[in-house]
Amino acid sequence: MSQQQPLLTMKGITKRYGGVLALSNADLEIMPGRIHAVLGENGAGKSTLIKVMAGVVKPDEGHMALAGHDVSFATPAAANAAGIVCVFQELSLIPDLSVADNIVISQPPTRAGVINRAEQRRIAEQALADAGASDIHPSALVRDLPLSRRQIVEIAKALARKPKVLILDEATSALTATDVQKVFAVIKRLRNEGKAIVYISHRMHEIAELADDCTVFRNGRKISTFTAGSKTDSEVVELMIGREYKNVFPPKGNVALTGAPAIACRHLSWAGRLNDISLSVHPGEVVGLGGLDGQGQRELLLALFGVLRGVSGKVERDGLPTSIRDPSRARLPQSGMALIPEDRKTEGLMLPMSIGDNLCFSALDRVSSRGVLDRGAVARKIQEMIDLLQIKVASPDLPVSSLSGGNQQKVVIAKWLMNEPRVVLLNDPTRGIDVGTKQEIYALLRRLADSGVAILFYSTDYDELIGCCDRVMVMYGGAIVRELAGEAITEHALVASALNINEGAVHG
Amino acid sequence: MVEWRYWFAENRNTLLAVLMFVVMFAIYAGNHPAGFTANVVQTAANKATLLAFVAMAQALVIITSGIDLSVGMVLTLANCVASWIVVGTGLETTLGILGVLATGALCGAVNGLIVIFGRLQPIVTTIATGAMFYGIALFLRPFPGGSVNETLADFMTGKAFGFFPMSFVALGAVVLAIWVPYSRSVIGRAAYAAGSSESAAYMSGMPVKLAKFTAYVLSGLLAAIGGLYLTFFSYTGEAAYASGNTYTLFSIAAVVLGGVSLMGGRGSAIGAIFGALAFRTIGDLLFVFDFDPLWQPLFQGVVLLFAVSISAFGLFRVRNKLDWFP
Repeated sequence: MSQQQPLLTMKGITKRYGGVLALSNADLEIMPGRIHAVLGENGAGKSTLIKVMAGVVKPDEGHMALAGHDVSFATPAAANAAGIVCVFQELSLIPDLSVADNIVISQPPTRAGVINRAEQRRIAEQALADAGASDIHPSALVRDLPLSRRQIVEIAKALARKPKVLILDEATSALTATDVQKVFAVIKRLRNEGKAIVYISHRMHEIAELADDCTVFRNGRKISTFTAGSKTDSEVVELMIGREYKNVFPPKGNVALTGAPAIACRHLSWAGRLNDISLSVHPGEVVGLGGLDGQGQRELLLALFGVLRGVSGKVERDGLPTSIRDPSRARLPQSGMALIPEDRKTEGLMLPMSIGDNLCFSALDRVSSRGVLDRGAVARKIQEMIDLLQIKVASPDLPVSSLSGGNQQKVVIAKWLMNEPRVVLLNDPTRGIDVGTKQEIYALLRRLADSGVAILFYSTDYDELIGCCDRVMVMYGGAIVRELAGEAITEHALVASALNINEGAVHG
Repeated sequence: MVEWRYWFAENRNTLLAVLMFVVMFAIYAGNHPAGFTANVVQTAANKATLLAFVAMAQALVIITSGIDLSVGMVLTLANCVASWIVVGTGLETTLGILGVLATGALCGAVNGLIVIFGRLQPIVTTIATGAMFYGIALFLRPFPGGSVNETLADFMTGKAFGFFPMSFVALGAVVLAIWVPYSRSVIGRAAYAAGSSESAAYMSGMPVKLAKFTAYVLSGLLAAIGGLYLTFFSYTGEAAYASGNTYTLFSIAAVVLGGVSLMGGRGSAIGAIFGALAFRTIGDLLFVFDFDPLWQPLFQGVVLLFAVSISAFGLFRVRNKLDWFP
């Protein structure tokens, strides 16, 4: 440890939301020239901690000091002005403005009260270059950029503010592997320039690569701060979940695959983004979709669920040809399909509505007769699902937005389980979710499979594909390039086929 | 991609509005018995300018993802105020004009303060304040009457250099004085940001409240300029309820025709102006083709619906149904 003074000190920070204690008497010291990883399950208080740092929420108790002087921020703008800049998990870009507009957004260069476009352009180009993304055009509209590029713009925007303390909250969750490496290089350069960096991620290998110091939070309390590398991964995970970290993945099933596949497609193609895809999933099977992000995995799931138009090829359900043209048909008992979408906040949940309402949306016909809801049945079903998935709720009448990310995801899954689907499609269901909840989701998937449900599961996490799936289809450029089964599903094989190179090349 | 493509992408809706107006006006002028003469242009310009001011007013608020249903009533109120005070000597007239503009800005400020600090829905707030503004207008002019400085009125509705409609000069001056600086200022950018994603704008530390307030104030101001122009055309003040409401509804139609998104964050006041011009031309097309005036509302509605659906044609090409939802 260096003998330097900490750049940012937080002491005794406490924050309550209603009756819930989000952060309790938390201390944190951030050193200049070091990367400080903050770890914890979702709902552990990390997000609140960062929001306090960045001036988004005011703490109920405690104080903060920046370079030895007491500070308190009323607004994000005040924190920015003091040199604390946060790249939030939820993107803070304005979709209808250009990249350059967004980068200079809080302090655009002006001349006589009017924004100086030439200067703005220069700043934006510099910031994009600093973020290793000179290929993004400053005049492009943000809404025309893919998610991964937007996240880079978000980072460039933070860099343009010349931060002393840079907070990255799950800033790499939507990035492709090449972009992650670029961002890592940027972060390391900032560290060498003496900036303090607070880094939050659920990906352990990212933390292993970047962090100098680690602090673990659990249930709103700081549990421990230690130098990176002084504890093993499994020790760290134990600190995070507060119980012994056993095998995360449940044992795989041994279901005999007989009869017709629950769902199968033949020569499926769509708009040049899906090319001649044939696959089948039997009841009781968990089949993974692997590959680099954006190789058509999402589109495949959407196509099976009837969201895409102009799909060619055949789809069979229990061996019978079907054509599902709309999600409202896919969910009917004769189709019995469910899709857990990628973005729970926009496609999975109606955020302002209650937890109970959200749980019922896909299964309203099961709890109503002749168009009238049976309130008793609704309440029973809701409780059943909350128990089944162990969703931590104070009351099902609270808005679903009040739940932590992991519990929100459980609501999305539960809402479809209420429909008793026979085919479950999942689109990266554990992104941005804590270890404990992940473990519960894995166990749930296996239980579903054991009860005869067919599961098709896209994940960006190789460990998940290895740990959960009976077979994995690796996609590249909208086509399935490799099928791996059983013991052949290794990280090595997944990476190699994801890059669409033959395996020998990786050894070399 | 090259630079101009980005520029085109950003301004596509506005350019479409301009194109639509040009096409409609060409049909109009080509079939008008008098042809494309200075008089045809001037008549059309005078009729369209009023709506253009109100459409600009509406556009400013809609860009922040609000809506101002009081613009027509602000126009009516400004008309009634103007019929009292925009008279007399040059100095008196000037003070009178300033008084009318201040009235409009004040109306806008009231709307803005209630929407921002009262956190009420803009749609309900402005229905209520609109009724209030009309009430005041009725109090000022229970019966049509009053007068205006006619020298000024004739000048403002006449021709510049003997051929160019003066009302367009005024419209252009207002665009240069209000819209151009506004759209290039930090406040203006914050207004777009607030309409596009208010939470992201707040998190980025933008002056969201100030931007919305400014939008409402400018909206009131522009509607008052519209009211002033109405007085120049009519020489009188009248608290006309139906015409106030019509202006409000037409302003929304014009804004949509002008490519301003009702969701906020997209479009420009320039687009709204051309939307207004196009909308007026729709009405005039009828006379050119010698239809019975009884057909006008029906015809206007059909053409409007058709024009608005042009922008929806893109939805047929959408192959991922999720793209239907903004």
